[in-house]
Amino acid sequence: MAEHKIKEPLIHIVKRNRIPMWKTWLIRLSAILVALVVSGLVGFLLTRSNPIRIYAVMIDGSFGTERRIWGMLQNLAMLLCVSLAVTPAFKMRFWNIGAEGQVLMGGLASAACMILFGNSLPNGILILVMIIASIAAGAIWAFVPAIFRSFWNTNETLFTLMMNYIAIQIVSFFSYKWSVPKGSGNVGIINRDTHAGWLPVVGGKSYLLNILIVLGLTIIMHVYLWYSKHGYEISVVGESENTARYIGLSVRKVILRTMLISGAISGIAGWLLVAGTDHTISRNTAAGRGFTAIMVAWLAKFNPLTMILTSFLLAFFEKGAVEISTKFGLNESFSDIITGIIIFFIIGSEFFIQYSIKFREKEEK
Amino acid sequence: MKKSIKRIVSLAAAGVLALSCLAGCGGTTEGNGNGGSNDKVAFDKDFKVGLICLHDENSTYDLNFINSLEAAKKSLGLSDDQIIIKKNIPETNDCKEAAADLADRGCDIIFADSFGHEPYMIEAAEEFPNVQFCHATGTLAHTENKDNYHNAFASIYEGRYVAGVAAGMKLNEMIDAGKITAEDAVMGYVGAYTYAEVISGYTSFYLGAKSVCPSVTMKVQFTGSWYDETAEKEAATKLISAGCVLISQHADSMGAPTACENAGIPNISYNGSTVDACPNTFIVSSRIDWAPYFEYAIKATAEGKKIDTDWVGSLSTNSVALTAVNEKAAAAGTQDALNKVIADLKAGSIHVFDTANFTVGGSKLDSYVADVDTDANYTPDTEVIKDGYFHESEYRAAPYFDLRIDGITTLNEMY
Repeated sequence: MAEHKIKEPLIHIVKRNRIPMWKTWLIRLSAILVALVVSGLVGFLLTRSNPIRIYAVMIDGSFGTERRIWGMLQNLAMLLCVSLAVTPAFKMRFWNIGAEGQVLMGGLASAACMILFGNSLPNGILILVMIIASIAAGAIWAFVPAIFRSFWNTNETLFTLMMNYIAIQIVSFFSYKWSVPKGSGNVGIINRDTHAGWLPVVGGKSYLLNILIVLGLTIIMHVYLWYSKHGYEISVVGESENTARYIGLSVRKVILRTMLISGAISGIAGWLLVAGTDHTISRNTAAGRGFTAIMVAWLAKFNPLTMILTSFLLAFFEKGAVEISTKFGLNESFSDIITGIIIFFIIGSEFFIQYSIKFREKEEK
Repeated sequence: MKKSIKRIVSLAAAGVLALSCLAGCGGTTEGNGNGGSNDKVAFDKDFKVGLICLHDENSTYDLNFINSLEAAKKSLGLSDDQIIIKKNIPETNDCKEAAADLADRGCDIIFADSFGHEPYMIEAAEEFPNVQFCHATGTLAHTENKDNYHNAFASIYEGRYVAGVAAGMKLNEMIDAGKITAEDAVMGYVGAYTYAEVISGYTSFYLGAKSVCPSVTMKVQFTGSWYDETAEKEAATKLISAGCVLISQHADSMGAPTACENAGIPNISYNGSTVDACPNTFIVSSRIDWAPYFEYAIKATAEGKKIDTDWVGSLSTNSVALTAVNEKAAAAGTQDALNKVIADLKAGSIHVFDTANFTVGGSKLDSYVADVDTDANYTPDTEVIKDGYFHESEYRAAPYFDLRIDGITTLNEMY
C-alpha cells in the first residue's frame, strides 16, 4: 500500500478565493488583447496584410466616417435594448431564449398599426398606439411560457425557443399577406410617402431618438434591478426559489411579473426596429439580436451599465469585421470567425477569474 | 474546404498580380483588357463601382451577380480597387446604410441585386443625387421618375421557354420509349413565391415544353422562400411522389437538383449549370447574365450619359443565356432544336406568350390589364395583350405576367 503513491497530475485546477477587482479586470483586458492578437493573426493569414493595417481597417469600419459612427451607435443601441429585455429574466435564472420572437411580435404589431391605421389616425396618436401594441405583443409572447412554467413547471428554454419559431412563421404569413407587389413576400417600406408612424428625426440625426430611448431604458433598468424591491426579489428567486418561498415571496408572481417586463422591453425593441429603423417588417427584422443579446447580458454579469460596454464591443467587432470583409474581398464568414474568436477569449477569461491553474511542483528524490 | 483553399490561392494570386502591376506597369490598367468591348472608355482613376448583395457566393443567385460584375470589370478594364462589393446585406435599413457608405467611399454607380433592397436604394438615391443607383428585379423606377434611379431585368422568360423545349423533348423521348403514356407527361416545378416573376417563369417554361409535347401538364409547389435548401428539396420530392417525371425550379439553392439526382428524375436547372452535382439528371439551365447590363450602365455613367429607367436584356444582348446541354441526360438532338428556337425568338417569329398557345379558364384571351405600376392595392393599370401576344417586360423591366393558365395546377398558394 505504502509504495502505491498517488501521482499528482502535472496540471490541476483550483477554485480561486475572492480576487481583487483590479485583477479581474486585468484578466479580462488581457483576454481582449490576446483575442485581438489572434484575430489579427487569422486576418494576416487570410489577407497577407500587415496586422496593424487590419486593426486600422477595423477601427475605420466603426469610426471612419460620421455615418459609420452613427450606424455603429444604432447597432449598439438595438443590441443593448434586446439585452436589457433578457436581463431581468436571466437574473431570475429563467432562461428566456425567446427574445427573438418577442422582438418580432413587437415589430409585427407596430407594422400592423402602420398599415391599418396609417391613413386614419393622426401621427402622434398612431405612434402611441404602436408603442402600446408592441409592448403588449412582446409581453404576451413572453407571458405564455411564463404561465406554463410557473403553473406546470414546463421547461422554459424549450418553450421560449418554440415561441420564436411560431413568431417567425406568423411574421412570414403577414409579410406575404401585405406584400407589394402582389406575391413577392416583401412588405417594402411602409407609408413611404406619408411617413405615418415613423419615429420623428431628432436633431437631424435619424438614429438619435432610438439611441436616447435605449439610454433612458438602460438607466431605468439599472435602477430597477439594483435599487428596487422588485429587483431584489428577482435576485432572491434567481439564487434559490426555496429561499424565496421561505422568506414569503410568491415565486409565481415574481416570475410572471418579470417575464411581462422582459417581453415588454423586447416589444419596445421591435417597435424601435420597425418605426425607427427599417420601416418594414420581415422575418429578418430581429436579425439574431435575441440570441446575441444573451451573450451581451451574460458577459456584463447582468449589469445594465456594463452592458453598454459589452454591446459596444460586439457592435464594434461586427462592424470592423464587415469592413475587413469588404476591403479584402472576403465573405461574411470572416466576420463570424473574428467575432467567435473574441467571444471565445472573453468567455475563457471568466474561467480564469473563477479558477487558477496550478502546476505540479518539483518533487525531491 | 476545397472552395476556401481555392479562395486563398486566388487571393494570393491576386495579391501577387497587384504587386507586380504596381512595380511593372506604373498603375495604368487601360488597354490591357481582354478585348471584350470594342470602344474603350477612359475611366477616371477614382471612378468606383459598388455592388450590394443579399447573400454571398454560397447562393447561386448572388454568385451569378458577382461573376457577372467580375466579367464586366475585365472587359471594361477596371482595376480591383474600383470595385467594392458588400455581401450579406439584408433587405432592411442596412441596405440604405450600405448604399450610403458606398457613396461615401466615392462610388459613382451602385448596384443592388435583391428585390427587397429596392425602397432603400430609392432612399439612398434621394440622398445622393449625383450617384447612379441601379436595382435589378425592382418594379418602381418607372413610377419614381428619378434621374439617378434605374431598374433592370432580362427577358428570362425567353430563356425558360427554350429550356422548356428541352424538357418537352425529354418527355417525348420517354413517351416514345414507352416509359410513360402521353397523359403521364406531368412536370413538376418548385417555385419560391406566388409572385409574377415566378409565375411568368414557370408559365414560359411550361409553354416551351408544350410547344413540342402537346399533352404535357404541370404541378407547381411553392416554398415561400427564395433560398431554403431543405424546403426546395422537400418540394421536389413531394412533386416526384405525386407522379412528376421531370422537375424544374425557380429558387436559388441546390435543393431541387439534388432531390432529382437522388431520385433519378431529369432536371431543368436555373441560375447556372448544376451538372457537376447532378451528372445523370441535369439537362440544361437558363440564367441571366448581368455582365451586359453592368457594362452598359457603368459605361454610361463614366461618359455622363443617361441610363435607361427600365433596361431589359434579351437573348440578343446576351443577357439571357443557356448553358451547354448535358448529352447524357437530354433527348437526342436537343442542342440543335434549342438553337433553332433561340434563332426564332431573336427574329421575333415566335412569341413566348402567344395567346394562340394558351387558355385561361378554357378560353383564349384577347385583353388583359396587368398591375404594372406597383401599388398596395394591386390595381390593374396597363393593357398588355396586343398583336396576339402578351407583352412581357415591355412596360417595365420586371415581369408582370401573373395569369393562371390551363394545364398548370398549383398545389399550394402562399408557400
